[in-house]
Amino acid sequence: MPDYDVVIIGAGVTGCAVAMELARYDLKTCVIDKDEDVCSGTSKANSGIVHAGHDALPGTLKARLNVRGSAMIRELSDRLDFPFRENGSMVVATDDDDASRHGLEELLERGIRNGVEDLRIITGDEARAYEPNLSEDIKLALLVPHGGIVCPFLMTVAFAENAASNGTEFRFLTSVTGITRNAEGYLLSTGAGDISTRAVVNCAGVYADIFHNMICPDRPIHITPRRGEYVLLDHDAGDITGHTIFRLPTAKGKGVLVTPTVHGNILVGPNAEDLEDKEDTSTTLDGMNYIRSKALESVPNIPYSKTITSFSGLRATEDGKDFIVGESADGFFDAAGIDSPGLSSAPAIGEMLAELIADKFGASPRQDHISTRKGFVKPMELSSEERAGLIREDPAYGRIVCRCENVTEGEIRDAIRRTPGARSLDGIKRRVRQGMGRCQAGFCTPRTISILAEELGIPEEDICKNIPGSEILCSKEDRSDDQA
Amino acid sequence: MEEYNLTCIRCPMGCALRVSVAGDEVTVTGNTCPRGADYGRQEVTAPVRTVTSTVPVTGGQIPVVSVKTAGDVPKDSIFDVMRDIRSASVTAPVKIGDVIVRNAGGTGTDVIATKAVGIKD
Amino acid sequence: MIRRDIVIIGGGPAGLAAAVAAYDAGSRDILVIERDDRLGGILNQCIHNGFGLHTFKEELTGPEYADRFISQLTDRGIEYKLDTIVTDVSDTRCVTYMNGSEGVVTIEAGAVILAMGCRERPRGALGIPGFRPAGVYTAGTAQRLVNIEGKCIGKRVVILGSGDIGLIMARRMTLEGAKVLCVAELMPYSGGLQRNITQCLDDFGIPLLLSHTVSRIYGKERVTGIDISEVDENRNVIPGTEIHYDCDTLLLSCGLLPENELTRQAGISIDRVTGGPDVRDDLETSAEGIFACGNVLHVHDLVDYVSQEASRAGQMASEFVSGRKRDHLSYLKVETSGGIRYSVPQYISPKEMEDSITVRFRVDKVYRDRKLCVYLGTTKLREQRKNIVKPGEMEQVVLLKKDLGSASGTDTIRICLED
Repeated sequence: MPDYDVVIIGAGVTGCAVAMELARYDLKTCVIDKDEDVCSGTSKANSGIVHAGHDALPGTLKARLNVRGSAMIRELSDRLDFPFRENGSMVVATDDDDASRHGLEELLERGIRNGVEDLRIITGDEARAYEPNLSEDIKLALLVPHGGIVCPFLMTVAFAENAASNGTEFRFLTSVTGITRNAEGYLLSTGAGDISTRAVVNCAGVYADIFHNMICPDRPIHITPRRGEYVLLDHDAGDITGHTIFRLPTAKGKGVLVTPTVHGNILVGPNAEDLEDKEDTSTTLDGMNYIRSKALESVPNIPYSKTITSFSGLRATEDGKDFIVGESADGFFDAAGIDSPGLSSAPAIGEMLAELIADKFGASPRQDHISTRKGFVKPMELSSEERAGLIREDPAYGRIVCRCENVTEGEIRDAIRRTPGARSLDGIKRRVRQGMGRCQAGFCTPRTISILAEELGIPEEDICKNIPGSEILCSKEDRSDDQA
Repeated sequence: MEEYNLTCIRCPMGCALRVSVAGDEVTVTGNTCPRGADYGRQEVTAPVRTVTSTVPVTGGQIPVVSVKTAGDVPKDSIFDVMRDIRSASVTAPVKIGDVIVRNAGGTGTDVIATKAVGIKD
Repeated sequence: MIRRDIVIIGGGPAGLAAAVAAYDAGSRDILVIERDDRLGGILNQCIHNGFGLHTFKEELTGPEYADRFISQLTDRGIEYKLDTIVTDVSDTRCVTYMNGSEGVVTIEAGAVILAMGCRERPRGALGIPGFRPAGVYTAGTAQRLVNIEGKCIGKRVVILGSGDIGLIMARRMTLEGAKVLCVAELMPYSGGLQRNITQCLDDFGIPLLLSHTVSRIYGKERVTGIDISEVDENRNVIPGTEIHYDCDTLLLSCGLLPENELTRQAGISIDRVTGGPDVRDDLETSAEGIFACGNVLHVHDLVDYVSQEASRAGQMASEFVSGRKRDHLSYLKVETSGGIRYSVPQYISPKEMEDSITVRFRVDKVYRDRKLCVYLGTTKLREQRKNIVKPGEMEQVVLLKKDLGSASGTDTIRICLED
């Protein structure tokens, strides 16, 4: 007997969406990831946009899964209790010439063919009536009322927790080094021992080409890590725009977006730079200067003095430009080349693959399937009476650890105790936003380290920012040798 | 005659001192208080510093207690004092002024606690 | 609703001094609210000496300085709450706090004193390119981990920014056995006190690189190195000037920001330059009966000045509660120019002020051989020679009520540097 029916490689948003959808069936599933937590790669560093679906070329998988996925996210955000907001978006053009009009009309046409509703082209003045901070240079815009925004971390965590509550296992710090076929399916060699499985789902992001090519060397794919850099502004910059503002791509370049986040911050970015290195999530001076100046073309008064952090993410761009989703070899399923609109499409990719896999194995629906999940309690968003009641039940909800985002000790402990739970400072940050605010964890790091150490029963010196090697503290013993 | 331009560290004012040394004769100018003159003279003849650090506390409400040398110690012996401080530990409770290390680094000066630490509940 | 005469938000040096002074001015119903598990605020981690020369005429460490004030507080029986965070202040002086034992409580206060202190500017705000590994700390976080928690944070250290906490940590890390490679400062001058450069860097041979910044951080998991580059007069990195340092730790000491989230929520007017509320000569903010002092008002260089300012706030709050009313139309704006960035207070009433008032300010760069001049309207009231003034050090000038007596309602008070 193999260890599992299905092993999903990669605990990003796609892998967790596949796990959540597969959990509807009576299958033994495991998600493995090289990092210490879910949502540690491409899924954690992107624009957080739920695209309505006007951008993808009609007839592509991207177009179909985007439209289906964004509809699913609306419904899932209620059922699995993660923040989603239909803030609407605009694609803005600074010229009132034939090229701009034609460009916007083409997007409108694509949107209509993809099934996106209520799109219309508006004048610059109409756009400014919605968003007064838009540049006077904007002459035309495509208004997309059903564009939305989501928290990528919390959506991924919600998918993962729902899958776990239905029996899906998660194994972290498990890096796949080889995949071979055997009589029963596949044998995965990992840094943490061998794992056998009937089927493999490759959701490995920028590494998906490597795993695909192990199994399908005759039909290789090639993924380029395309880096995008972002800057994130504090809440008090949050009223600069309510809509997500995209630029109409021109001959001069693609332009960057300016968007609110579901948490009330403003996000500016990304640029696009093709790299070789699948791990190079560094930011660059040139990149940050570029996105800052480009964004000002759409929204001239962005208060960059309120910047709280900058980061970059790698999009997994496949040479064929479309998603690769399906059974690429017997029992080997791909979700590869998942770049934009991957976040919007994730649940639809999960649904499609889960159906294919369930069909293949003739799996029956899980009898006791749990279709809901409760999000993290946010004491500061409750009424005073509700909050007082919560604190009576658990005083830890009365002790604020992170003062910028008002995160309590109760939330941090909850983030650690869930399955899959936070195992690192980044894992806590992704779940409850501790350290995500304007001081960037200056105050709360010492306290969070001690809570994490206490919950996990390990020394504080072993607490990491993310994966092993990123320990925050070092031990005193190794230091005494090189004393001056 | 030798001339030194120093910043007085006796208080946060940080006066710019000019110290001239001619044989045994030391003259200090630029100071705004007598402490500055003392500092200037001391600094060019036998510089001293107060050393501050921490020492682990067993059974305390907090893991370490802050400490200082009870008086100034020769600048050259800072690391000797630190060696003694770093090998010291103390058991709660600790009061401000408790002697934590006697004759630290052989300077004749004790290291004392600068914080009270109660016993852990 | 519970009513208290004076609620003080923050139990650091400012809140402690304000509470003691309010008591000594006759108030008895005083509550100090502190978010940490002990009083004293940042002084608890400032274990170095140099505090208290003005206030106590002796040189104390931070914890000792705090202890003096804590004793004064407890001797007077002033009530305080620990582990308690204020979540809201209204412009009508309703203060809502939260803690594990009481839940959520709202107090109607006769007067409120804001004493929340400041926080450090983080890496993100600095926009340093590169990776985001472990091993990058603000100097104050590092100071807490080392001096309160007793932890070791790194062995080869580079410090960006020559603020006082950065300088103090350069010495502290050296004494703890780490190698501090250098301190890089973006500006052509240090942001810290000269005495700290002498005793924290020069004593240990640690170089201070002015007009330099960190241009890249290396290391995916933990810092493995950084590049330091020279900057031009516009503070832009000069390509090709980078020097690589192998290190495991980067400390940031790049400025302090008054922590005014509650102040903003209350709709209180904020000075764009200080980042703290606008105040009048009695330290009252734009909201009646809400006073501010210490680093929440403007970032101080010395705790002794914090204590002095906070004592006035405590006294004024006590007078306010006792029913003293001020003529709100008599205030003159204090304007600053010629290299002076701001003043505190921002408004002075010649009619209501005490016999003299100390106006504190900072300059925008290093100036030598200037005259500090004070004007009322077009009349020069005061001229004072300054050999040197530096941005890292707070300056002050005393204004006398008798000099301002002739002011008319449209006059302004102007403080400036002249050649």
